[in-house]
Amino acid sequence: MHSVLYRLNTLITLAGFLLAVMCSLASFTDTFHVPSVTAHAEVLKVNRFRKQLTGNDEVSLTLNVSMNLRSTFTWNTKQVFVFVAAEYETAKNSLNQVSLWDHIIQDKGHAKLEAQITNKYPFIDQGSHLRGKKIQLVLHWYIMPKTGKTIEDKMVISDFRLPQVYT
Amino acid sequence: MDWQGQKLSEQLMQIMLVAFAVVAFITGYSIGSFQTMLLIYTAGVVLTTLVTVPNWPFFNRHPLKWLDPIEAERHPKPQPVAPKKKSTKQH
Repeated sequence: MHSVLYRLNTLITLAGFLLAVMCSLASFTDTFHVPSVTAHAEVLKVNRFRKQLTGNDEVSLTLNVSMNLRSTFTWNTKQVFVFVAAEYETAKNSLNQVSLWDHIIQDKGHAKLEAQITNKYPFIDQGSHLRGKKIQLVLHWYIMPKTGKTIEDKMVISDFRLPQVYT
Repeated sequence: MDWQGQKLSEQLMQIMLVAFAVVAFITGYSIGSFQTMLLIYTAGVVLTTLVTVPNWPFFNRHPLKWLDPIEAERHPKPQPVAPKKKSTKQH
């Protein structure tokens, strides 16, 4: 005869299994969702462009960014982590990415933003290659779901060239 | 519980849990709220626990017929035979 504890064990196991099934289904519904993100940035001013004592170039920028990430939110989204990276090529590295600014968006209502920002993190090169360098500003976003795999994507939002001489 | 009751309890548990999972998922998805899905499901699990786990009387409607004690005494349980001691030879 099945005891109370036996029935309780069966119930907990079955309930846990069904919970896992529900979460997998919820994560699966995300595969049908295609977000369409719009974003734009422009460099207002190069505040500072110098060579540090270590020999590395350092840049400080003021940017105007605007972005609309509302379409990335589904019922299964916990938060969206977004950052702006400056990407460029040098002789030593085929791709350099420097994160300038990041932000966490926790719900759909806050997903549309416009801001004027100076870079949150210093833009320092490995070496001294930045004079006259062509830089792409790329918006990266990580959609973190409540259950399932994080979705990662990016978009180029600006192209500009750094000055030829230090300021 | 009796055998019929045990079967009923198992069936009820499976059906109720699956039904609540389905209802919770569909409701949560159509509203667009993950939290709603989890709340409905948790309520369903608690309800199922209350209905199927304790020994309710309605699980004992076909009780087993145990033998009367007098009848059992007439057919005593056979006692195990004590093992013979092995004698060691002494020289």
